Amino acid sequence: MKLIFALFTGLVFGVGSAISGMMNPAKVFNFFDIAGTWDPSLAFVMGGAVVVTFIGYRLVWRRNAPLFGGGFQTPNNSTIDARLVGGSAIFGIGWGIAGFCPGAAIPALGTGRWEVVLFLAAVTAGFYARRFLSPIQPILKAV
Amino acid sequence: METLFTPFASLGGGALIGLGAVLLMLGLGRILGATGIMSGLVFAENKSEFSWRAAMVVGMILSPGLIFLVTGQMPELSVPVNTLMIAIGGVVVGFGASLGSGCTSGHGVCGLSRLSVRSIVAVPTFMATAAITVYLIRHVFGA
Repeated sequence: MKLIFALFTGLVFGVGSAISGMMNPAKVFNFFDIAGTWDPSLAFVMGGAVVVTFIGYRLVWRRNAPLFGGGFQTPNNSTIDARLVGGSAIFGIGWGIAGFCPGAAIPALGTGRWEVVLFLAAVTAGFYARRFLSPIQPILKAV
Repeated sequence: METLFTPFASLGGGALIGLGAVLLMLGLGRILGATGIMSGLVFAENKSEFSWRAAMVVGMILSPGLIFLVTGQMPELSVPVNTLMIAIGGVVVGFGASLGSGCTSGHGVCGLSRLSVRSIVAVPTFMATAAITVYLIRHVFGA
């Protein structure tokens, strides 16, 4: 039952991602291209998503536990460090180059487009690259 | 390449993205972060978290098919960049999102809704670098 619920959740998220235009790189580029062919649509995606989530989370948190148990697991880290800022900055550069982000590309796999497969394979390579470099992080921190 | 301004579809799609995030919190008590879900499947280190993530990804991948069944059309997806940029962008996205512990869904939708300090720093950072990247590529290098 828990897995069917998770599948349904993914379906809702994916349909939203498709309808909203988030999975269309042309729209992503145009959202950022204020000096060119600007299309502000994606501001409405973020607005709609955050309003629903902000209210919905607060309603859900009135419960003692999630439907399938296990407690609410939210990160309580509030450290602003170079990894957070640098990683986010690097993520934005990649988003601006390819026009896909992971949350839009995973549902986009269902369109069967090879560009999406290539993008997600490259994201996986990026995950491995980050793992590979993590042993040198203490050195970077010392510098 | 121009795209149509779609405020209603984007707002509605965004609301569904938010609903997906709220449902995951309601059912399983987890943050909906595509980077975390995807890297959790790639590295498969936490067995107890693997199955719900896999089920969610299946649901996400089914979503374009569901849209096709209902509307008779696949969601619009046009990729105005070449293969090399998709590949490079993907690696950069994977590396950055993993280093910064989140992307558009985890920091953007869920983090902002939780008023997480880290996400409030991360989101403007990646929005700014994405916009600068698109500006440089389109208007400085003229690609």
